[in-house]
Amino acid sequence: MIGRWEHFPHGADIGVRGIAPTLEGAFEQTALALSAIVVDPDSLDAREEVALRCEAPDAELLLADWLNALIYEMATQRMLFGRFEVHLDGTRLSATAWGQPIAPERQELTVEPKGATYTALSVRQDDDGLWNAECVVDV
Amino acid sequence: MMETKTLQRKSDCEWRIPLTGKMRVPAVIYATESLIQDMDEKVREQITHVAMLPGIVKAAYAMPDAHWGYGFPIGGVAAFDPEDGVISAGGVGFDVSCGVRTLHTGLTVRQIEAVKERLADALFQTVPAGLGSRGKIHLNPAAMKAMLRGGALWAVEQGYGTPDDLDFVEEGGCMEGAVPDEVSEHAVKRQQDEMGTLGSGNHYLEVQRVAEILDEATARAFGLAHDEVVVSIHCGSRGLGHQIGTEYLKRMVVTAASHGIELPDRELACAPIRSELGQSYLGAMRSAINCALANRQIITHLVRQAFASVFPEIELPLIYDVSHNTCKVERHDVDGETRELYVHRKGATRAFGPGHAALPAAYQQTGQPVIIGGTMGTASHVLVGTSEGEALSFSSSCHGAGRAMSRHEALKRWQGRALVDSLAAEGIIIKTRTYRGVAEEAPGAYKDVDAVADAAHESGLSRRVARLTPLICIKG
Repeated sequence: MIGRWEHFPHGADIGVRGIAPTLEGAFEQTALALSAIVVDPDSLDAREEVALRCEAPDAELLLADWLNALIYEMATQRMLFGRFEVHLDGTRLSATAWGQPIAPERQELTVEPKGATYTALSVRQDDDGLWNAECVVDV
Repeated sequence: MMETKTLQRKSDCEWRIPLTGKMRVPAVIYATESLIQDMDEKVREQITHVAMLPGIVKAAYAMPDAHWGYGFPIGGVAAFDPEDGVISAGGVGFDVSCGVRTLHTGLTVRQIEAVKERLADALFQTVPAGLGSRGKIHLNPAAMKAMLRGGALWAVEQGYGTPDDLDFVEEGGCMEGAVPDEVSEHAVKRQQDEMGTLGSGNHYLEVQRVAEILDEATARAFGLAHDEVVVSIHCGSRGLGHQIGTEYLKRMVVTAASHGIELPDRELACAPIRSELGQSYLGAMRSAINCALANRQIITHLVRQAFASVFPEIELPLIYDVSHNTCKVERHDVDGETRELYVHRKGATRAFGPGHAALPAAYQQTGQPVIIGGTMGTASHVLVGTSEGEALSFSSSCHGAGRAMSRHEALKRWQGRALVDSLAAEGIIIKTRTYRGVAEEAPGAYKDVDAVADAAHESGLSRRVARLTPLICIKG
């Protein structure tokens, strides 16, 4: 997973941003930023594998769909994810996420992501060729 | 920071954004000059965009606690005509029907102080709170549908609380028009372990002292007396509501053009009320309202169990339950004509004045209790709906302190453990599973809730009745 992630400020919620040389990489880094809302991703024993797929009319809606698919898996599989591999085919995404079951008795978990919003939703390539994928997540 | 230069000041607490560009109606912000100056410029941008939506009636309103949301600002109110209006998932929010209910304890502060730590432990052990906590109630598909149709009424039928509670919940505890079949399997699955859980973030359960009475007669009608103790529960429709918000936001974005809707911003995704998608969302969103009402009813039952472990035979009757993130069909006066409207309130409280048919007999003379939540270190407020609120904001008021800074900034400024210790020194017990979460929710990260309540009072949206201060806070 080459690239980096960061959080950016929003009045009530949290902005997530992934930056990488490839679009796939930017999506992977944004997913790490999503996990980091809840827990330090480096603290996870990311061994269990979950496959995800989604499709949307454009890259920006696909980013929101990707994050929402992860939020759904986090909530229903009760897992936290620390590693991702994304494949894109146009506006179709297939991915593998590796994580571990939530263990509230052993981990300090901050806040639950409710959903990825379309606020500050953006997928773009900058002048240096780096891909930047970001949006605000409702918590 | 919002510039006031381009706003028209109508009174001390009313600011108007006149019609410009594609706005169909003006926008109105209710706030003091100081609150306006502290508001994010995004509030002006978002409420202006709301004023551009098809079928909006009279004006788009921002409450004194308004802050940057998605689509609508949080603290945004807008009403739409049933024939040519729209319904917006972003205008309701992800946490559908998030709200607050407040219970009497009949106990004095002195009685609580004697057992405070034991009571805090009992509440923390009994009410599942924080990310990763699970409820003990697991509903099969038939029971889930019954819950989505019945709300708090369903919960009472299952033994969680008493029929008397329902008189003091909006809609009598059961939102009509819920269509559980419009709720996706994903949304149902997300709710499977979450009934009777508080959630995380700004959700909480607080034991509060009635620290100040500002309107004796109304306080008496609400059963509030100085130095008595109440309990407030703040939470919503949990995973089910979040998933419904997520799914319909996308469907509304994708289909907006086919409905002939030009969106000033994607976040304002909406559908005509009369469209198949609009009706589908209404059925799902009303189911989520019932989920939130059932959830708060079950938590009420758990709170009563925890209190009974310390104070046997205690009853904890309900003062009132208000919902914040909703779209409801209501009748309102528009230029002398009574019209049926679809009123979106996102981070805003319904605030009916005296004599409204929707209020229980006990509050017919006073108006509706309006409960404004504070932070774990600051006051909460009880206000009452006014007759003039009808003309000001379709009988709506604010819902809480509203954030003054991002979570990111709060984490830089505060440490959770130190905050818990300093609040303990002030006599406030905080029970939490996340110190980082406490830092994100630091009292200093929010606006001055007293100033917000004052602005609601001064503007006439609702009138101050009582001020509550925290004794115990179970953080979500």
